[in-house]
Amino acid sequence: MVNSYRPTTLPEALKLMETRDMIPFAGGTDLMVKYQSWKGTLPRFPKDVLFLNHIPSLKKIEVNGETLAIGAGATLSDVIDYPRTPDILREAVLSIAAPGIRNIATLAGNICNASPAGDSICALYALDASVILSKSGGERELPLPEFITGPGKTSLGRGELLTEVRIPLKEANLQVFRKVGTRKANALSKLSFSAVAEIKGGTIDGIALAFGAVGPTVVRSKELEKKLTGKTLEEIKVLYKDIIDDYSAMIVPIDDQRSTAVYRKQVALNLLKNFLESGLLKEMQ
Amino acid sequence: MAKISFILNGEEVSVEADPLKRLLDVLREDFEALGVKEGCGEGECGACSVILDGKLVNSCMVPLGAAEGADIVTPEGLRETEKGKVIVESFADTGAVQCGFCTPGMMMAAEALLEKNNNPDESEIREALSGNLCRCTGYDLIVKGVKVSAERGKDLW
Repeated sequence: MVNSYRPTTLPEALKLMETRDMIPFAGGTDLMVKYQSWKGTLPRFPKDVLFLNHIPSLKKIEVNGETLAIGAGATLSDVIDYPRTPDILREAVLSIAAPGIRNIATLAGNICNASPAGDSICALYALDASVILSKSGGERELPLPEFITGPGKTSLGRGELLTEVRIPLKEANLQVFRKVGTRKANALSKLSFSAVAEIKGGTIDGIALAFGAVGPTVVRSKELEKKLTGKTLEEIKVLYKDIIDDYSAMIVPIDDQRSTAVYRKQVALNLLKNFLESGLLKEMQ
Repeated sequence: MAKISFILNGEEVSVEADPLKRLLDVLREDFEALGVKEGCGEGECGACSVILDGKLVNSCMVPLGAAEGADIVTPEGLRETEKGKVIVESFADTGAVQCGFCTPGMMMAAEALLEKNNNPDESEIREALSGNLCRCTGYDLIVKGVKVSAERGKDLW
């Protein structure tokens, strides 16, 4: 018999996490599908369930200094509605499911589900997001790429809860999110692409490029981004073929029920080319 | 099992059930709210849509325990309101209903949209209905039904 708990404060929730092995349940829109059973019967959760949606402090979204802090109970709709959400994250979140799901599902849940096709995750990589993992008596902050270790796998430790997502609010006058799916609403990504850049005086002051659903985790290379930083329009034109080749070597997708490796790779590179040729160059001219 | 209370169509109610039981099943079995339909059971079709604390949600995705204390409106509650009557009549007059299975969910999505935006354009209507599948109409007449609801109910929303 599986039990469930409905704590109303975070310390209470962390205490429960310390004493039992439980499934944290925020929005639950992935969990309810994963553990669904025959119609009209109870979902089959393998462990006790800890409901997190009765904890008001987790629902907060706020800006502290130059950091956006999104509580683990904030829904995708809350993230869309918050005025200081970075454009690219708003775009990515709007591409997830449909309004009825976005009103329940949480950003933290999208991260913890750690699907290679998680749309918010691709944008959060490009935004240099980190996560706060709390347990009774302490917390730690991990950069998102260190938290997500593989498809469906994270470095969440025993007794820990992901309580907050942090995003540094940096200047970025160019933000692009593209998702390729079978249909516009309620489709899982075949692949996705995120670009965040700050263009100053005709040169690239900072840039981040991330590709989703083309590998076990999001593909991003700080090394290649360093090569692009400080470059002018003319220099990017000269480097163009190298950039495409470098990324081509990194993007190694697989075939699955949603798409093929060949299609994913081709479209990922096309989105990169499109970004370099129209997005970036237009902004720099 | 636990005793869990919430507000259903304006009335305080409580039910003795497993907190993991889907709200969809609680509404249909324990409260005979049969306007809440089960289509896919996995959040894709919107047939089980209800309004929870003012927001459209798929009730197949919400366990009872997560809905404790919530204010829930089902199609049974909506159709008794002035706004609900406008939506029902507008859907009927525009031919937005064929087999009818998706209709209660579509009406909940329409109500959720009009509460936020009482003069939506076509793309806003299509976005608001994007989580509700209809296999009969091809959607055009449902979009029209929402548009007519907005016009007829402009003093209500």
